[in-house]
Amino acid sequence: MRYLPLTDHDRQDMLASIGASSIDDLFVDVPEGLLQSGPLDLPRHQSEMAVERAMEALAKQNRSAGEGPFFLGAGGYRHHIPATVKHLISRGEFLTAYTPYQPEISQGTLQVLFEFQSQVVRLTGMEVANASMYDGSTACAEAVLMARRISKKKKVIVSGGLHPQYADVIRTMTRFTDDDVNFQAPTPHIDDDALIAVLDDQTSCVVVQNPDVFGNVRDLTSLAEAAHAVGALLIATVTEIVSLGAIRSPGEMGADIVVGEGQSIGNALSFGGPYLGLFATRLRYVRQMPGRLCGETVDSDGKRGFVLTLSTREQHIRREKATSNICTNSGLCALAFSIHLSLLGEKGLRQMAHINHMRAVQLVDALGQIEGVEVLNDTFFNEVTIRVPGDARELVNRLAELGILAGVSGGRLFDSLTDMADLIILAATETTTDEDIHALASALREALS
Amino acid sequence: MSDIRYSEDHEWIILDGDVGTIGISDYAQGALGDVVFVEMPEIGASLDKGAEVGVIESVKAASEIYTPVSGEIVAVNEAVDGDPSLVNTDPLGEGWLFKIKLSKPEELNGLSNQDAYNKFLEGLD
Repeated sequence: MRYLPLTDHDRQDMLASIGASSIDDLFVDVPEGLLQSGPLDLPRHQSEMAVERAMEALAKQNRSAGEGPFFLGAGGYRHHIPATVKHLISRGEFLTAYTPYQPEISQGTLQVLFEFQSQVVRLTGMEVANASMYDGSTACAEAVLMARRISKKKKVIVSGGLHPQYADVIRTMTRFTDDDVNFQAPTPHIDDDALIAVLDDQTSCVVVQNPDVFGNVRDLTSLAEAAHAVGALLIATVTEIVSLGAIRSPGEMGADIVVGEGQSIGNALSFGGPYLGLFATRLRYVRQMPGRLCGETVDSDGKRGFVLTLSTREQHIRREKATSNICTNSGLCALAFSIHLSLLGEKGLRQMAHINHMRAVQLVDALGQIEGVEVLNDTFFNEVTIRVPGDARELVNRLAELGILAGVSGGRLFDSLTDMADLIILAATETTTDEDIHALASALREALS
Repeated sequence: MSDIRYSEDHEWIILDGDVGTIGISDYAQGALGDVVFVEMPEIGASLDKGAEVGVIESVKAASEIYTPVSGEIVAVNEAVDGDPSLVNTDPLGEGWLFKIKLSKPEELNGLSNQDAYNKFLEGLD
């Protein structure tokens, strides 16, 4: 095939046919402050050795999670990843960014995705899961769009316990649609009553998170019943998937769509991405589900094999009527998830979840003894919210200077809400040590005295 | 029962009183290939002529179903739900899709009879 580059004339023709006068016109929707106007402020080219040295100096400015006491969570969690995971995902047979289209040459990858889906189904208590989404937040927004397709109703109710950045993604994805999205005010307390109060027969779905962004473990049963009574779907979001090793799955509590962030299993924090969106639902909704789906079948000799299935939902076939514009998945992150979870097994996951909770109990006990610190949670898995006197963000920054990453402040997460400014959300995992908790408690006690 | 009439979207309709039974033509099922799923309209929905009422999925494509007349959906073919291949084996009989109570019976006049539809198909080749 010949490679035929576009001429200026071709470009002008294409611009004219869509009514744009220049290439820049295509970017008018990008907010001005986010557009790169001039050239990047980078130094002139240098030798490889000089660049390596410069990059190492830059890397030293970063403080990595493993260097000391670390209590950050709020959507991304530090867990131990066995060395086996990195070794196996680096194998040439697996290490590709591409979703496999051709079953003839991709049986290994397709089987991995099938196993991954089966694991997600069992974890979430659902009946079918897709081959993954970009991350938890986009999975959550896609679930809102899917509920609209199923219910054919426009009203969406979003719990104040949903991670605010997930709420932002829903806001972005529905900005140009006529969906009527009701965001409840964030509150560190369970807001089921407020959600049920605004629920009516115009409601398409209710979006909740469990454990919620403040760490509360919620019983979704009555909310699911209230939603179903008016023909609405319950979307449950899980940002700490390890929690499902210890608490009831959203599926068992009546959720219709379960979305989640799978980073916690097999994937590092990595500055917030690439992450792993989990998406699962009931079988009766499968045709409205976004994303790629891997299925088991038999070949012409009757032997077990794997294929991408129900592709008629997808963009390359359905075009503008597709269930979603996602045409890919987070293949490598899903692989890491599946390998780690397979290594753990059911028993291992339960143990891991148990240790997480034990560490969090230890953390809460230590924090509760500090004068001025109030633990707000009645229930929690591995994450809790505390109230401190004064500006929590400033306090967190002060502790960071001492080498202690003391959690995510309310000001950082909910920047415009002043009633969140004295909150800190802290997570403990199996990587948290007695010394870490002791160091945090001492530093906090000193800072608040 | 009236004679069969066809739309240019390859749906057929046969009228019984003021209720029309609608399916896809033999040509359409042949072009689609093996039908694996039919998304049916909701009973009670009121639709204008040409509105999308459902989707037919085959092993190679997914196509929208359009209603050739305006009216209210009064029945859908549950048998096709259970066995979508009926659309292939008997498109003009057992494989019917839904029944609609016509709100504008005069719209039938705009549809083709068998001969006109056959000529239309010849023009497509």
